[in-house]
Amino acid sequence: MTRYFTKEHEWVEVDGTVGTVGVTDYAQGQLGDVVFVEVPAAGRVVTKGGEAAVVESVKAASDVYSPVSGTVTEPNAALEAEPALVNTAPETDGWFFRLTLADASELGALMDEAAYKAFVAAL
Amino acid sequence: MTVGARSAIIAGWTLSRWLPVSDAEILLPLDALHLELGARMVPFAGYAMPIQYDGIIAEHQWTRTSAGLFDVSHMGQFELPSNCDRALEGLLPGDIVDLREGTLRYSLLLNAHGGILDDLMVTRRTNDLYLVVNGATKHADSALLRTAGLPLTYRDDLALLALQGPRAVDALEPLAPGVATLRFMRGGSFTLLGHPAWISRSGYTGEDGFEISVAAGHADTVARALLADPLVKPVGLGARDSLRLEAGLPLYGHDLTPAINPVEAGLAFAISKRRKTEGGFPGSDLVLHDLIQGAARRRVGLQIEGRQPVREGACVVDGGAVVGHVTSGGFGPALGRPIAMAYVLAALAADGTRVEIDVRGRLLDATVVPMPFFPKSYVRQGARP
Repeated sequence: MTRYFTKEHEWVEVDGTVGTVGVTDYAQGQLGDVVFVEVPAAGRVVTKGGEAAVVESVKAASDVYSPVSGTVTEPNAALEAEPALVNTAPETDGWFFRLTLADASELGALMDEAAYKAFVAAL
Repeated sequence: MTVGARSAIIAGWTLSRWLPVSDAEILLPLDALHLELGARMVPFAGYAMPIQYDGIIAEHQWTRTSAGLFDVSHMGQFELPSNCDRALEGLLPGDIVDLREGTLRYSLLLNAHGGILDDLMVTRRTNDLYLVVNGATKHADSALLRTAGLPLTYRDDLALLALQGPRAVDALEPLAPGVATLRFMRGGSFTLLGHPAWISRSGYTGEDGFEISVAAGHADTVARALLADPLVKPVGLGARDSLRLEAGLPLYGHDLTPAINPVEAGLAFAISKRRKTEGGFPGSDLVLHDLIQGAARRRVGLQIEGRQPVREGACVVDGGAVVGHVTSGGFGPALGRPIAMAYVLAALAADGTRVEIDVRGRLLDATVVPMPFFPKSYVRQGARP
């Protein structure tokens, strides 16, 4: 399994053709206390860089973009009852949705963990 | 992810994203302290201001259970000669002539149509009238008053701090002996750590608490002394907004605008009894007409079904038709659910009325409910100590 990152602070962990998408720890720090997450339903087609989810903190409503194109297979149902998982476990239990990748070559344009860490350190 | 791409509410201000503070913003007297405390600073009303320290929910709950310290030095503090009371009444619907010494009155600067130009506090002090106005409107207010012939002094040499919460009195009394004797909407001169201070029992959170006006040069000493008390933590603009929303208190520029009059806003209490009879304030014919006949629309509180917050600008819908707009909305941390204020047609303003809110094309169920959403805890005159 390999994890990739976007400049918009989403991550996608890829296992074969299945990707799991979430936002990074840096992102949750910027958002503040998350109180609601709107995740895409199974079957929805998302595109790389397109709006896929909305996360609401006390202070703001923010778009989350899909790092890759594909078809959503599973939204994270746990976020409905416990949106604060985005704050407490953004890169594990606080994942947003799973999808089937449409084009694995899109991953080449994303950052690996070391590159993302360097990117955030420079912000 | 783009933070705030949909909406970002900083104490009610909508920004397209989290803007970094630039050189254009004026620094508060406590700027160095805010940075030392790890605040995230944002531009607000022309100032670099702290939006949060530990986090909005934690700061909100701390204020509801202990004491939160807010820096509101961006607000305008004006002084007027005492004999300007009659002239000031020409600009607002409150009774200022009969205002007793040491008493605060909430009032509204109105335009010729009765529209609200600002909301403010007027206090009669021994030697003057003391006004506190909103930061974003203070320069326009100052121009309005001066144009009306009122020789105001703008005290930008003063800082303004608010200490709010059920333990505020316990934290402030040792530093400013005597403040515990004040009651809600009363103020007086006190010695605070050896320096003169004007302190009133008032605020914008729905909690008991105080507002403290001190020389800007002493603000850092006062703030550090208060923060040295384990009862007190710093609270930013984010929680100030969620606290006032739970308390049902309107925010100027959002819930109150020049297109809204005091009756529509549910602020008829700010029209003093004598002024209801005499009129003589800007737009009084229109405002008093609405007071008797009822306004076409009203500010209401909305309880939202589910957990999704609704934000300023969202449409209120009834039977497929737009019947109003949300003017403030968010998550109420002490309530654990979303709440909002909206203006709706008068026919739909009764408590218990069911409406829908359009959030990004999805309709959420909502119910008109009385405000405040969270009960106020003021220490009123006549109440047992």
